[in-house]
Amino acid sequence: MAKRIDVKDLNLFYGKFHAVQQVSLSVPPRNVTAFIGPSGCGKSTVLRSLNRMHEVAPGARVEGTVQLDGEDIYASTVDPVQVRRTIGMVFQRPNPFPTMSIRDNVVAGLKLAGVKNKKQLDEVAERSLRGANLWNEVKDRMDRPGGGLSGGQQQRLCIARAIAVQPDVLLMDEPCSALDPISTLAIEDLITELKKEYTIVIVTHNMQQAARVSDQTAFFNLLGVGQPGQLIEVDDTEKIFSNPTQKATEDYISGRFG
Amino acid sequence: MVLIGAIGLFLLVQAIPSLALDNANFLFSREWSTGDVTNMRYGILDLFLVTVVSAAFALLIAMPVALGIALFLTQYAPRRLARPFAYVIDLLAAVPSIIFGLWGLFVLGPVLTPLGEWLISSLGFIPLFAKGNVSIALGGTIFTAGIVLAVMILPIITAVSREVFDRTPGPHIEGAIALGATKWEVVRTTVLPFGKAGYVSASMLGLGRALGETIALTIILSATGSSFGWSLFDGGATFASKIALAAPEFNDPKSAGAYIAAGLVLFVLTFVVNAAARTIVAGHKEYE
Repeated sequence: MAKRIDVKDLNLFYGKFHAVQQVSLSVPPRNVTAFIGPSGCGKSTVLRSLNRMHEVAPGARVEGTVQLDGEDIYASTVDPVQVRRTIGMVFQRPNPFPTMSIRDNVVAGLKLAGVKNKKQLDEVAERSLRGANLWNEVKDRMDRPGGGLSGGQQQRLCIARAIAVQPDVLLMDEPCSALDPISTLAIEDLITELKKEYTIVIVTHNMQQAARVSDQTAFFNLLGVGQPGQLIEVDDTEKIFSNPTQKATEDYISGRFG
Repeated sequence: MVLIGAIGLFLLVQAIPSLALDNANFLFSREWSTGDVTNMRYGILDLFLVTVVSAAFALLIAMPVALGIALFLTQYAPRRLARPFAYVIDLLAAVPSIIFGLWGLFVLGPVLTPLGEWLISSLGFIPLFAKGNVSIALGGTIFTAGIVLAVMILPIITAVSREVFDRTPGPHIEGAIALGATKWEVVRTTVLPFGKAGYVSASMLGLGRALGETIALTIILSATGSSFGWSLFDGGATFASKIALAAPEFNDPKSAGAYIAAGLVLFVLTFVVNAAARTIVAGHKEYE
């Protein structure tokens, strides 16, 4: 279950482009860490390196280490597919599989892992949908396509899909940016609940959201166009938003920037 | 639409007088003789069966091969390799059918003869692989014709499927990868369900082409006096090849009418195939 993440001297590249430079930070278990910063500063790239999704892009390269409870997920003996099975991810735009029913969407990860027992799958589907606060809305139409739900429901379906495999960590890449305020609130409440069981890292453009849901905040910035993104500082959310040590952080948070 | 209607009407008007002269059952007789004007007998059953069986056999070969190539090119091959490879496949579509016919008769036919003999001797108890009604040594069998047809329809099926598979939405693929799917599992959970309808309709397009293919089959298929016996090693003629071979007879309106009637059946057949393909595709769309 919930594990800690330690990132050391992480450098990320797309081909020759140095996207992110020298990031080191730690994420304690059962804790929400928010990544904030202007567009293009590399926060999503860092997030995607935490479950080895970064390397899916052509030419992408990683230097440095990412440890999950002390084990390097980039070690040569580690299979990226296994890493992704233990670190769930929720994307910016809800992406349920359109040709699958709601139930099949939720248990897609388990089926990939080879679980075939129908009763067990049904149980996991219900538990995960309850965990994602979606069960009451969809319990009567589990066999309908997942694409028929509203945007907010689809995103909660994707969260249910991610937690169905009981991951060690849950990564969220701007999970609310395509949603209306009410759905956003539903997801934020859900994050607060999920924190009891999972280690969560969330990328957000919405600073109020970072302040509302996270325990720890990391601020990323870009020194200039074409320069790599950098981690400026990481600290308790309260401290970052009230009394940051770096001037750039304060400028960004108070809106004097960008 | 108007043009298609006009063509259909033309065929119908030309065919009716000759159908009235038919002394055999048009749809269910296997006899076809237009030589004796006083006793015209034309039944299309053999033409129909040879057409359908050779096209279906071609589709059976081409569909999995095209699927494999399309998946390989869009999902597995590195870009640098995929491009020229796709280009070569597309080039196949540009080869004239007469060339395919010659190649089928002179190159492929002899090459396939030992395989055919082996199939007949070891699987001959299945009617499809029974000894046919033409000499296998010459290679003018439905077996050879079907394989040539498969090569001919491969480019269209591959090109359309490739196009569809390439359009699988990135977020769906990422979603599957993030769940810990291997490359093949990504293909199975996202690419195939997304592209299934397109793949089926591409195959139907190919089938339409195989049903109507004329010149290659005219060259390859050996004529035979006996009727079609459900073996891939039979000879015979398809609608299109029969009509093409009969071109010298077209100065006689009675005889020409008979061939036009056969053409009308082919026309309806390809129409039905296309309509079926459309229905399949429409049925899939509702779920998305």
